[in-house]
Amino acid sequence: MEQPLPKAEVLARRGEILAGLRGILPGEAVIGDAISLKPYETDGLTAYRQVPLAVVLPASEAEVIAVVKFCHLHGIRMIPRGAGTSLSGGALPLADAVVVGMMRMNEILEINYEDRYAVVQPGVTNIAITQAVEDEKFFYAPDPSSQLACMIGGNVSMNSGGAHCLKYGVTANNLLGLRLVTVEGEVLEIGGKHMDAAGYDWLGLITGSEGQLGIVTEVTVRILRSPEGQRAMLAGFASNEVAGACVDAIISSGIIPVALEFMDRPAIHACEAFAHAGYPLDAEAMLIIEVEGSEAEQADFLGRIEKICAGFAPISMVVSQSAEQSAAIWKGRKGAFGAIGRISPDYLCMDGTIPTSQLPAVLHRMKTMSEEYGLKVANIFHAGDGNLHPLIMFDANDPVSFHKAEAFGADILKLCVEVGGCLTGEHGVGIEKRDLMSAQFSVGELEQMRGIKSAFDPGWLLNPSKVFPLSEHAPG
Amino acid sequence: MIAPESEAGVCEAVRGANGPLLVQGNGTKAGMLRPVQAAETLSTARLSGITLYAPNELVMSAKAGTPLKEVEARLAEKGQQMIAEPPHIHGEEQTIGGIFATNFSGPRRVTGGAMRDHVLGVRAVNGNGEAQKFGGRVLKNVTGLDVAKFLTGSFGTLAVITEVTFKVLPKAEATGTIVIRNLEAEAAVRCMAAGLGSPFSVSGAAYLPAEKTVFLRIEEFAASVKYRTEKLAGQLAAFGGAEILDTAASLALWRDVRDCRPLPAGAATWRVTVAPSAAPKILAAAEMAGLAGILDWGGGLIWLSGEATEAAHQAVTGAARAHGGVWWLMNAPDPLRAAVDVVPAEAPALAKISARVRQMFDPRGIFNPGKMRAA
Repeated sequence: MEQPLPKAEVLARRGEILAGLRGILPGEAVIGDAISLKPYETDGLTAYRQVPLAVVLPASEAEVIAVVKFCHLHGIRMIPRGAGTSLSGGALPLADAVVVGMMRMNEILEINYEDRYAVVQPGVTNIAITQAVEDEKFFYAPDPSSQLACMIGGNVSMNSGGAHCLKYGVTANNLLGLRLVTVEGEVLEIGGKHMDAAGYDWLGLITGSEGQLGIVTEVTVRILRSPEGQRAMLAGFASNEVAGACVDAIISSGIIPVALEFMDRPAIHACEAFAHAGYPLDAEAMLIIEVEGSEAEQADFLGRIEKICAGFAPISMVVSQSAEQSAAIWKGRKGAFGAIGRISPDYLCMDGTIPTSQLPAVLHRMKTMSEEYGLKVANIFHAGDGNLHPLIMFDANDPVSFHKAEAFGADILKLCVEVGGCLTGEHGVGIEKRDLMSAQFSVGELEQMRGIKSAFDPGWLLNPSKVFPLSEHAPG
Repeated sequence: MIAPESEAGVCEAVRGANGPLLVQGNGTKAGMLRPVQAAETLSTARLSGITLYAPNELVMSAKAGTPLKEVEARLAEKGQQMIAEPPHIHGEEQTIGGIFATNFSGPRRVTGGAMRDHVLGVRAVNGNGEAQKFGGRVLKNVTGLDVAKFLTGSFGTLAVITEVTFKVLPKAEATGTIVIRNLEAEAAVRCMAAGLGSPFSVSGAAYLPAEKTVFLRIEEFAASVKYRTEKLAGQLAAFGGAEILDTAASLALWRDVRDCRPLPAGAATWRVTVAPSAAPKILAAAEMAGLAGILDWGGGLIWLSGEATEAAHQAVTGAARAHGGVWWLMNAPDPLRAAVDVVPAEAPALAKISARVRQMFDPRGIFNPGKMRAA
């Protein structure tokens, strides 16, 4: 992975910079020794590594401002980081950059049930928001797979999704406001506790901007009342085509399930071996469908869906009768990454989105590519919204295997764009898909986005070398 | 007026422009925010037609000048609808481009999201006359900056939207409404909060102060509507006995709420959004200034109408500001809307960035100058 040349004058002044940072933050909040820097060299995309110049762990917005002003003054690049769970390398350091880790800003500042919002600091984990409000039967809706670890600041930066966004939307649909520290160390108060922006939708622009525009120091999220209950079912089918047609039939019937997940044969087998969830091993494709409501409503909705599935000659169909059985159905899906990890030493988790009607054709093409590259691939798919997660299995100890996996992944994403989809549905561009951006956007369109980045960060100090193809970068 | 029939025509018109352009669809919302001083008008009204509709994928694309009524009729054929329930306040000539350019949402916004939440992609022409595409046609997309969302609600001040792609949803089989009367504003907002904080997926929550009446809507399969309205009415018994409206009565009622029919006509109209619990205080302050209002979005949206004076405007904006809310001057005679902040000013740190962003989209500053804020 090509990276911009480190600024020699910054590297040369490393000692001075560390001393400067220690003048701003308490000693333990500035990390400069090689061993302590090591854990920050990578994130959820472990294939790429780079030890940063330093790591700082501010504990307040005032400390963030002080660090940013210092770095801005000295022309030092900054990499904002939450829990480091990015699957696209969004938090990958540069050799001359200071990583600004937000995990110490982890307080929930306010919860308001009447107006249905919570104000939290960026280092609060996704699950902690739900845990803080679940006694009152509320929850925070976006639920990325990494929700035990990932932090809301990172969720905002990447506009994270999850398995339930078919009904509840992604991060951008569940925010009311945020505070953002600009590269100059000024605080922007965006939105508030009200709905809709009077003026430009800065909240929408900043959400998903991958740390390009500023550092998020506070987030106001919407919290929702939990449904009375939920229940899942699974159905196995003889082919991807039939399962895809069944998804279409469910959606066109007017039922929008809260989750609608699709797994192909390799994924079914890997997950079943791992979780013993009772998945149909003779099926080519399987759907997990979840509905919400009272006991009677669950039965009603699942009954309707069961009837639709029955029209597609399912190989098997299991309608959960209890919370335990629903959990068992989900167990395999939720453990999918671990399951793949058991059968392959390494895997790349891709994240394109396609129009759902293109699913059979895309899976077919992917099978051919898999044979051509000689690498196995398993597919997990948020079928309701077209978000595809091909898991490409490879061996990281073998450079040839890794490069093949990268090329295979790039081909899949280009295919997603070709059929009318996009490069990334929820993981972000990061470093991983940076060089593919020109497959989706014209030079002029990239230029327009770059211009927005430059309007916020004229010197390109914030998380540079991500999102935009390197050749498109403004000189740092 | 220039009204190109193609996107290429829009590019050409922008490149050829010698000065400011009034950018509009059919111009039905020209009265919103500030008057634009432009010798020439660039209309997207003749860029018309639905270019993609995939009901099974919950997605539609339409050229900017496509009438909203055409979009809604086409969706209705397949039992689907616009999720944000855009108001028809500006008549039946309004275009889909205008609805997105103003991010104008109706009652279902409270839990279903605004137009900006459903925009998937936008094609637009920037100030250099270049056609560009942001977002796409799939439901989940985080590729690059979300410029499609940023253009939604930008009132034609950054680029000329030529086509929009958006998410749609099925219409519910049935609609029910819980009606609770004799509530003062404070109790009404608490009642709506209890409804919106219930597990029954309330999709509309409005209060009419003149009638002292709260309306809570549920949209689902018929059996669910019956179950949920009855159960929720029971849970809200402390607020008073409830009447439950059937589907036909509910549809008529929410069409009226959507279009603000219960709001007394006034020379000026404002929209204020705020944390719902602050709505009664803003309503009271506005009433003191002689204005009338109604609440939607559980109190999160306040519509106000009354005299078109600076004093009235200051009463609205002062109350909104005091409670952390924001406002839009939706309609007023030109002298008033040219003289006041029709939306809140941007703080200096943001204004600096905002000017750079605007300069980058529209270097000559020719698109709807002064529409949002005095130049």
